[in-house]
Amino acid sequence: MIELRDVRKTYHARSGRVDVLKGINLRVNKGDKVGIVGRNGAGKSTLIRLIGGIEQPTSGTIHRTMQISWPLAFTGAFHGALTGMDNIRFICRIYGKQYEEVIDFVEDFSQLGRFLNEPVKIYSSGMRARLAFAISLMIDFDCYLIDEVVAVGDARFQQRSHEELFEARRDRAIILVSHDASYMGLHCDRAAVLDNGRLLEFGTVDQAVDYHAHQMAA
Amino acid sequence: MARSARIQGQVIWAMILREIITRYGRHNIGFLWLFVEPMLFTLGVAALWSIAGLHHGSDLPIIAFALTGYSTVLLWRNMPSRCVNALAPNSALMYHRNVRVIDIFASRIALEAIGASISFVVLSVIFISLELTPPPEDILTVAEAWALTAWFGAALGMLLGAWSERSELVEKLWHPAAYLLFPLSGAAFLVDALPREFADAVLWLPMVHCTEMLREGYFGSKIVAHYSAAYLATCNMVLTLFALAMERRVSREFVPE
Repeated sequence: MIELRDVRKTYHARSGRVDVLKGINLRVNKGDKVGIVGRNGAGKSTLIRLIGGIEQPTSGTIHRTMQISWPLAFTGAFHGALTGMDNIRFICRIYGKQYEEVIDFVEDFSQLGRFLNEPVKIYSSGMRARLAFAISLMIDFDCYLIDEVVAVGDARFQQRSHEELFEARRDRAIILVSHDASYMGLHCDRAAVLDNGRLLEFGTVDQAVDYHAHQMAA
Repeated sequence: MARSARIQGQVIWAMILREIITRYGRHNIGFLWLFVEPMLFTLGVAALWSIAGLHHGSDLPIIAFALTGYSTVLLWRNMPSRCVNALAPNSALMYHRNVRVIDIFASRIALEAIGASISFVVLSVIFISLELTPPPEDILTVAEAWALTAWFGAALGMLLGAWSERSELVEKLWHPAAYLLFPLSGAAFLVDALPREFADAVLWLPMVHCTEMLREGYFGSKIVAHYSAAYLATCNMVLTLFALAMERRVSREFVPE
């Protein structure tokens, strides 16, 4: 379970105070698939970062009983001077995971072959993303955060990613942020619109997407 | 609670290993640089002072004087140096929820403490077996002084590390301060040999107490050491309080890229 209570986030920019989130309440239970839509700059990524614990709220509480992933396929957390293998070992240690248990999966899924023993800084962006995706899946998260549609690799890789995430791990919760209404409709049970710092929840994805479209037109 | 402690332990250990690989790599002597580097510093200073025949106001072997003085400086000075501006290059690690701001400081502090301690012990053993310096008279006092110095460095490191995230001045001012504090830290003099007023003034500095206390343990019967463990501990306590408050503030406001 993840529960946000009156979560607010304020940044102090050079031009003054920016209130990005003005009291967010949200509850995500085990296995829930929640979509979040909102216009550019509405604070979707900020919300994802707060839920993931990457940043702390200015006020309010976030209660988590689930293990939550970082935003999926995020590639920034690699250390360029370390090999892919070293990065995998490091992340295993942080999450208390046995390296031997996951390495076969990561090798097979990332399709990096001998490049796993090369420093990450020589990887192409596609290779990085594949490694990141494989690492995201190797830790058993109860809830996956997805910031924008995951479009990594070729069609075959995307097919496998889809299978691993939405089929093999269908019991996990997902919080998905996207502009893509059809993608959201495919993967979410309910959705919410982030508007002017507040979160409006809708029973179905269609209602949320309609409301959002209406607003964009206004 | 126990679970949190275990996770934090795991995280700090993982970051220490990562730091060792990224800092020292797997080339030539690899992680041995961790303590070979401080050893070289201390050896160099010991050699310089021996050749220059530094006058320190007692008939102690100059090597013993340099070993105790410079090792102590390395212990408290390297921790803040590694903590200042430590967050930005590691900010991506914040994407792992188990990793907190304090872990970045803690792992760097631990690594410096390990390096300086191994260097001090190895050099002590070498110098003692070569009879360049007498063995410590009171190991317990040496250990206490070492622990208090490590605590001082850790608290100062975390305070300045967190503060440097809020103000660029910290980094700019720390370098000259570290440089200027070295001659005042007691590494190159005995408080007892100083003029009275100067000695009283210099004893306001906590690191002078570190050096004096360590020397009391090492060769206390040959010198008159001036220190107060209680004063040092009080300074450490106050610094720790400020450090934790600053860390808390920074960790609430920190925005990784």
